[in-house]
Amino acid sequence: MENTIHATQAIVTLDVALPGIIWGWMITLNMWAKSVGTGVILVGAFLLYRHKKEEMPNLRWMMPLISFIFLNIFLLFTLADLHHPYRMINIFLHPHWTSAITVGAWMASLFTGLITVMMLIGGFDAYPDFRKNCGIAKTVRGISPFYEKIFPFVVFLAIPVTLYTAIIMAESSARELWQAPAEVMQMMWAALLAGSAGLIFISGSWSKESRKDLALVLAIATFFSFMMYMGEYFFSFKSAEAEATLAFVHAGGEYNVEFWFAMVLGFIVPFFLAVSNMKNDNKTLLRFAAILALVGLYMAKDVWLKIPQMLSLS
Amino acid sequence: MKLGFLVDLNLCMGCKGCEVACKVENEVPLGTWRLRVKYIDIGTFPDTSRSFTPLRCNHCESAPCERICPVSALHYLENGIVNVDSSRCIGCAGCMMACPYGAIYMDPETNTADKCTYCAHRIESGMMPACVVVCPVQANIFGDIDDDTSHISQYIMEHQGAVQVRKPEKHTIPKHFYVGGGNQTLNPLAQQRLEGYNLFNNVTHLKHIGNPHESVIDRFTEPFRSEEKLDNRSFMDFDNNAHESHEEEGGH
Repeated sequence: MENTIHATQAIVTLDVALPGIIWGWMITLNMWAKSVGTGVILVGAFLLYRHKKEEMPNLRWMMPLISFIFLNIFLLFTLADLHHPYRMINIFLHPHWTSAITVGAWMASLFTGLITVMMLIGGFDAYPDFRKNCGIAKTVRGISPFYEKIFPFVVFLAIPVTLYTAIIMAESSARELWQAPAEVMQMMWAALLAGSAGLIFISGSWSKESRKDLALVLAIATFFSFMMYMGEYFFSFKSAEAEATLAFVHAGGEYNVEFWFAMVLGFIVPFFLAVSNMKNDNKTLLRFAAILALVGLYMAKDVWLKIPQMLSLS
Repeated sequence: MKLGFLVDLNLCMGCKGCEVACKVENEVPLGTWRLRVKYIDIGTFPDTSRSFTPLRCNHCESAPCERICPVSALHYLENGIVNVDSSRCIGCAGCMMACPYGAIYMDPETNTADKCTYCAHRIESGMMPACVVVCPVQANIFGDIDDDTSHISQYIMEHQGAVQVRKPEKHTIPKHFYVGGGNQTLNPLAQQRLEGYNLFNNVTHLKHIGNPHESVIDRFTEPFRSEEKLDNRSFMDFDNNAHESHEEEGGH
């Protein structure tokens, strides 16, 4: 109905308050940290496929360590966002398998467990003199070949772990802006972006060629992330609610500035820095690009999470 | 048996009796609602008309809230009601993100998701939902839509062509019908919220979900705290309150 015509305009004159933002910054941080936690494994696997281990001496133990830290940030904020954190156990005692939250929680728990094992093996192998006589250290060093055996499975598992949030968003049928195909791709590019950015910080002692590959992954991920957001931002899905949400942001509404900051600082600038780094190796500039990409990714995710929640549903 | 609801918007006069009855029956806390009546003014003064739309859970046959709930706190009863088990709810708010009708809220007292259950506890005892009983014009019609002889089924048959559900494009198969509604009354995107009621106006937003005084850390310490919780019943303890205040004043 065209509400610019006086005779047909409909105005809400009495109603309850809208609930506002329900999933806020903790969910943004949750998704962002998960992208880093899974991304370093995916990008690490790509680098191990392309280069010799000797070119990246600290990758074997630093990769699972970074993943472990960020997966725990992700799990902590998943828990903190629940109104009844201790009832999280119900997901394991009373699982409801049609829910992507359930499937994701099980997969993420298994993934974190395997990453913990890899981190311990990698760490104790990297420092053979550390706790030499400790029983646990001896046991972990004894199962050292297990690292290489579980690694392919961990890489395979990293993909659904990074993507399941897109399915949660798809199941959130009240928010039409979140469309499964686009969200799946967004999450995948986010993992590659965050993974390459995360590994850039430990790549100081690596060969130039491996660092060049990191810059390449960062450049591709920022480019396609930007393209995805532009496609969604300007050419929405022709659904009424998605159009209404974006029309508000287009008109300079709340989160407009944050969105464009994310696009420029998070994707465009790091893209050019990464591309230039493929020609001339500059560790400082590459780290700067990684920081910008991580900050920009957080902001972009934050905007995309919050804006559809501002729409009145009834 | 499949229980359904029908509201005849031609009859509804916006008295909010159903809203109040629901609040009382289900002890719905302040600032939240299971059932609300929205007023919409159509046209421009002096050529305006006001319509009233009662809004509640649609008890969808393919309920997104039931599908996304990770612990089956939201579940179907045999009579088709989508029920909530608050003792199992983990408070993830997934259901609030999934419900296309915005019919689920976070109870600030229990910190669990809650919504209209068609008064499942009353149905179990053979009674009608509180909102149906209280409606002075019988605009709320409730019954078994699987039974062709029920009042609701016959009402739907009588008004064929004028019966609508909200957001049918979502394929949730709602079991809540409206007679006499139009796009302006049933589609939130066809309505304007002006200053004070604006779609994106902070004034109309609750600043919190859940207990306003509760921080994230409180959620973790909550099971270990012993202080007495506030609930609706505490406001009804008139005798004790009167006695205490009398003593404080040094009365006889």
